[in-house]
Amino acid sequence: MRRITSSDLIPMPILSRASLAAALPLLIAGCAAVKPWQREVLSDAIMQPDRNPMSNQLTDHVYFSREAASGGRTVGGGGCGCN
Amino acid sequence: MYGYSRSIIRGVIVAVVGLLLAAPSLGGLKAGDRLPDLASFHLEGRLPDKLLGRVVLLDFWASWCGPCKASFPAMERLHRLYRDRGLTIVAVSVDEKRENMERFVKSMNVSFATARDANQKLVAAADVQSMPTSFLIDRAGSVRFVHAGFHGVQSVRKYEEEIERLLKEPPP
Repeated sequence: MRRITSSDLIPMPILSRASLAAALPLLIAGCAAVKPWQREVLSDAIMQPDRNPMSNQLTDHVYFSREAASGGRTVGGGGCGCN
Repeated sequence: MYGYSRSIIRGVIVAVVGLLLAAPSLGGLKAGDRLPDLASFHLEGRLPDKLLGRVVLLDFWASWCGPCKASFPAMERLHRLYRDRGLTIVAVSVDEKRENMERFVKSMNVSFATARDANQKLVAAADVQSMPTSFLIDRAGSVRFVHAGFHGVQSVRKYEEEIERLLKEPPP
């Protein structure tokens, strides 16, 4: 009985060597660096994950005090609910 | 099987070489370089007529950049303090929208020259790594000091020290 090799799992006619070799550079070249002077949109307030830091602090404090839950964001502590 | 692996390796090599070729030049504008002819970059706005023989502070900024906002009053102060002794400040905006730049300049009410690098060609040639970035150019037209970012009083002290030093140098 013949042993199954990796070439059996990826049939070469479908995924030919040439197409794989051609696709690799294209995939890697898809990564684009945003230059410092191109960050106008990224610097917009709507792009900030933490748009209201004070509100988030207060919410975290409530979770920490009432539910003994902490972590996941910025509030540290052991979850004892004593604060 | 070996041929297949060889193709993958070949593909990776081609990708790496391609990326290296596509990567922007690591040159940019750095200390010791000559200031390129600003007129050739077709900046929007009026540039000072004469830069050679003056100490030039070429600043790249944007209206959406917080530290740039903090740097403007400091640059205005430097301009008022040193312009008669030979300092020229050229603040080049990299804003994509002209109205954003104009609104910012109007709110800042500065007396030094401002222009917009609409095509972002000058800033790309300078290859700045952070906003704002400024280049201090001596009277002979060579970049002498580069400031990345604006760090309040610390930056202002450094500017003053360097400008004083460059102003003392004789014109070419």
